[in-house]
Amino acid sequence: MTQSHRIPGKGRIDRARPVRFTFDGRDYDGYHGDTLASALLANGVRLMGRSFKYHRPRGVMTAGSEEPNALVEVLEDGQHTPNVRATMQELFPGLHARSQNRWPSLSFDALAVNDRLSAFLSAGFYYKTFMWPPAWWEKIYEPLIRRAAGLGSLSGRHDEGRYEKAWAHCDLLVIGSGPAGLMAALTAARAGADVILAEEDREMGGRLLSDAPEIDGRKGDAWALAIVAELASMPNVRLMPRTTVTGAYDDGTYGALERVGLHVPTLADLPRECFWRIVAKRAILAAGALERPIAHPDNDRPGVMMASALRSYVRRWGVDPGRVVIFGNNDSALDAARTLTAEGVRILAYIDPRPVPPVEEFRVYQGDVVGTTGHLGLQTVRFRHRGGVSEIAAETLALAGGWNPTLHLACHMNTRPDWDEGIAAFVPRPDMVPGLAVAGAAANRFSTAACLADGAGAAAAALADLGLKAPDLPVPKAEDGVYAIAPLWSVEAPGRAWLDFANDVTTKDVELAAREGFASVEHMKRYTTQGMAPDQGKSSNVTALAVLAETTGQGIPTTGTTTFRPPFVPISIAALGAGGRGHGFAPERRTTSELASRRMGAPMIEAGLWFRPSYFPREGEATWRDSCDREVTMVRQAVGVCDVSTLGKIDVQGADAERFLDLVYSNTMSTLKPGRVRYGLMLREDGHVMDDGTCARLSERHFLITTTTAAAGPVMRHLDFVQQAFCGDWDVRLISVTEQWAQFALAGPRARDLLNTLLRDPVNAQGFPFMACSETRILGVLGRLFRISFSGELGYEVAVPARYGAALFDRLVAEAENLGGGAYGMEALNVLRIEKGFITHAEIHGRVTAFDIGMERMVAAGKDCIGKAASQRPGMIGPEREQLVGLMPLEGHASLTAGAHLYEEKAPATAANGQGYVTSVGYSPTLNSWLGLGFLKNGRARHGETVRLEDGLRKRKVQARVCDPVFFDRDGGRMRG
Amino acid sequence: MAELSVTDPFAGLGLPIMAGRCRLDPCAPDTIISIAPFPGHVASVDAVLRGIGLGFPKPGTVAAAGSVRAVSAGRATAFLMGGPLPEGLQEHAALTDQGDGWAGLHLAGEAAEAVLARLVPLDLRPTTFPPAASARSLLNHMPCLLLRVTQTAFELYVFRSMAGTAVHELTEAMRSVAARSAVK
Amino acid sequence: MRITCPCCGSRDRREFTYYGSDDYLRRPDADAAAQAWDDYLHNRDNPAGETRDLWYHDPCGTWVKVTRDTVTHAIHACEPVAGEAG
Repeated sequence: MTQSHRIPGKGRIDRARPVRFTFDGRDYDGYHGDTLASALLANGVRLMGRSFKYHRPRGVMTAGSEEPNALVEVLEDGQHTPNVRATMQELFPGLHARSQNRWPSLSFDALAVNDRLSAFLSAGFYYKTFMWPPAWWEKIYEPLIRRAAGLGSLSGRHDEGRYEKAWAHCDLLVIGSGPAGLMAALTAARAGADVILAEEDREMGGRLLSDAPEIDGRKGDAWALAIVAELASMPNVRLMPRTTVTGAYDDGTYGALERVGLHVPTLADLPRECFWRIVAKRAILAAGALERPIAHPDNDRPGVMMASALRSYVRRWGVDPGRVVIFGNNDSALDAARTLTAEGVRILAYIDPRPVPPVEEFRVYQGDVVGTTGHLGLQTVRFRHRGGVSEIAAETLALAGGWNPTLHLACHMNTRPDWDEGIAAFVPRPDMVPGLAVAGAAANRFSTAACLADGAGAAAAALADLGLKAPDLPVPKAEDGVYAIAPLWSVEAPGRAWLDFANDVTTKDVELAAREGFASVEHMKRYTTQGMAPDQGKSSNVTALAVLAETTGQGIPTTGTTTFRPPFVPISIAALGAGGRGHGFAPERRTTSELASRRMGAPMIEAGLWFRPSYFPREGEATWRDSCDREVTMVRQAVGVCDVSTLGKIDVQGADAERFLDLVYSNTMSTLKPGRVRYGLMLREDGHVMDDGTCARLSERHFLITTTTAAAGPVMRHLDFVQQAFCGDWDVRLISVTEQWAQFALAGPRARDLLNTLLRDPVNAQGFPFMACSETRILGVLGRLFRISFSGELGYEVAVPARYGAALFDRLVAEAENLGGGAYGMEALNVLRIEKGFITHAEIHGRVTAFDIGMERMVAAGKDCIGKAASQRPGMIGPEREQLVGLMPLEGHASLTAGAHLYEEKAPATAANGQGYVTSVGYSPTLNSWLGLGFLKNGRARHGETVRLEDGLRKRKVQARVCDPVFFDRDGGRMRG
Repeated sequence: MAELSVTDPFAGLGLPIMAGRCRLDPCAPDTIISIAPFPGHVASVDAVLRGIGLGFPKPGTVAAAGSVRAVSAGRATAFLMGGPLPEGLQEHAALTDQGDGWAGLHLAGEAAEAVLARLVPLDLRPTTFPPAASARSLLNHMPCLLLRVTQTAFELYVFRSMAGTAVHELTEAMRSVAARSAVK
Repeated sequence: MRITCPCCGSRDRREFTYYGSDDYLRRPDADAAAQAWDDYLHNRDNPAGETRDLWYHDPCGTWVKVTRDTVTHAIHACEPVAGEAG
């Protein structure tokens, strides 16, 4: 009984390679080359799904990506992929698929009760029913509707599948490989252009594979294969089958989704999908046309499908459709009937509203279909004709309501197509997307000869634009029939007629929408949900708006279409975000000391993209606080070593370097002597502090400036802007050297002792005073030395070329440990600087001025600088502003939290009473107290006052004394000595 | 005589790596020095570099003399790679050592262009990006300097701190490309 | 979207960082009136049509002035900011 519905000897399937697969728990056999849909049909399975709202039994309607009904789940490796169109899922051994949206089974779905309640579930029902009692909405109605809604299910596990993204560039992108696309690709390729031919199907050839019209005396599919073989042999052609071009974007960029590994069982390293960005100088949209159904009562039973799909299933996949009735309104339907008959299919009746002359091979009726029967699959078709009403038994009803050019991509730049009365379809206009031409059926050429000629012509035009000579390539001979159609959107007869099969929208819903005032096509779409399903209305948009146009009396051109947007088919988020999961999200930046730090057991924290050690646990230390407290004390009493390579370093050279630095720093750098370092503030042009750092003058025309770690990129960009926009002819050049130098801070009373273990010529306090800098040989390597301090202790920073960083760190830590010190991490670094009132971006967070942090005198009076003018606006200076203060808890061991707001002691915690907020906190083992830095209104005048810190998130209130932010060593003697 | 040992930026990352028709190796020119002429001094810099058989490269190009190259590396900037600085540049250009900040990789094989297509948004067709072309671009989300050495070989320079990420991204791309040949 | 960097040629917009209007190039004098600075920092036209904005080509450090149409998305010109030195 396997494959009971196969026509022997037919189809492009490989009967030598049978494939076993499972659907809804049952095993079936198919062949290599089948889709899940064709294999199921070949096994006599017509029931493939249940409709979205009414849970009506449904079967496959099409043979392509526009399929609205046969949406299944594919199960593999514990993953579910829901909403897979059975028409697009290629068969592979072990394919395990399952129908969706039904419980407990496809043949008995309890939710089919919805179909009986259809009167209450029409368009917009959730605005009109389930309104009373109001209290029931949240507890009963909504959860129920939510459970019943949706299509498909997820596994609940992360998608660990492999996906990729890629770029491609070409002279000409041809979208679609039917007659027009093949001719276009061949013409351009023979002229020497770099051509990409993208085809959604696994095989090239488009409708030629299903209809096989004669071309140059050969069957169309054979002709197609020969052309494809030639294209495949040409080095300037890239064939991309299984690739759907999903969107047209600006400047010749197209998005495309390639199904790389969905047609085979999971293979290690093989991506499931690849999302392409294709940059094409020119493109030709030859995507053909999609056939549309006719709305008639009960037009949605399994067994009802498009005539073009029927032709595909017969010719491409050798499926036997049983007894067939064809209902069409145009000449391609008649052509389908004739060709199918020639292929051996039994056409019981051809029904057409137009007067059609009798045909020898099958009975022709002038009329229309008014209904069907068959609960789980089509049993009979009832139709009206000149002789009355008849009912005949059939397995397949093929609908042929006309063709819609597949012009979506051409409309992606917010343009609408034109209505063509002659073919009763929308057609593209010229130049909707710059550089994109439309050819073939997509441009409403409906004969094979016209498609071939159109493709060749479009390619010739593109070649002319590209400056290439068109080859001498004659257009093959083919049929050039006329396409006549009598528009029939909906049959007037009792019963529900479906428009949008995927979202279960009927003609009655569209008429209801118009009656309720949702008469514009954009409103009708949202109110009825027509066109909003995964198929995006590919087989319903035009018919629905035609029904709307008739209901409102506006006519189709006035009614118009909704906006076309990418993507043309659904794209998995995993493909769009390929490579970006987990570690792939951003580059990981690692310092030269990282390996050693990890070996020492330091947990690493992320500071922007950098990984930095948090603390270096020693034996006996149970918590991070134990280590942090010990490291702070170690630095204050002995010496600590910390990797500070991550700070931005920018090399500034030239005769105008000092002039440039005077412009970008608020204070004056031109007065800095060679061999000296100065702390500097950079303002934004709106007068707020952008960053702080140090500026070292290595020589007359050579400076090295530092930035905060996280600000390195933005500061570089800013400096480049200032230089190019305002100083373009100055003698100054900038370049980042952040990565060139590994740099380490040595901090503590024994820092000089530590430093001198590395230097051939030891330094002393006077010979290398506070804020000095120089080139120096460090263990034989030419490096740089700076006497600067972020800890407030005697401090130096040594820099060597990064290749020596790891070795230098190892040496520094070993020597420091010999001196009673060691490595220290970010936690201790933070406590040390808080004790000294040194700011970080926690304080200069973007809304803070130099005045606020007590550095208004660092905005030099005698010169302009970026931000100078705005920094002196009214309101930027004054007692009403929140100023930097220190905070110490009144109660000895009370802790402070950053983010807490400040209030007067007795004032309630309301926004109006807010006096400021806390920016940084840390426990100071030096002072045996928690310390905080923050901003308080008129703070500098309120030292000694008691304020209340209130942390709303962590529900804590603490009394604290306002004080100078420099808690320790006020006059800085420890670092200047 | 340095008493400090040198650490390779790719230490411990498993190079060379081979997958399919592609191979990834480290590559480290002896020197990388940035030459950034001051406005109006390009001609002088060009003259000095011609003296060693090179010249200041036009944007996107590489001048080569033996194993020494002058590589266009950004706005009005050239990297001198593989040789010492000639005399006479000091007053005409800003000079900085870049040899430690950049980590170099060599990607070669028939699939090299396809591998790079996964990560680099550039038009890498040999007609547009021929041998002796250079570009500053992105390797996925990392800044990079890319050179084409031959039809099927490229040199890639990334920030030293990102060496691990670069090797990881390239390896994944090599594997993805290689896996396609197992499927028809 | 593709922007032509004066140094590197046509590149995808992912290589660029947008800054804002080319108004930023016309920096008022230090002692200009408050209104001039307010306009420079905060007030912008928002045309449906031709606009000029500033983009930074991150890989090479070139600032580019792009003249484009916000309605049609056509890009009319890409010029180096440094060409307008002063």
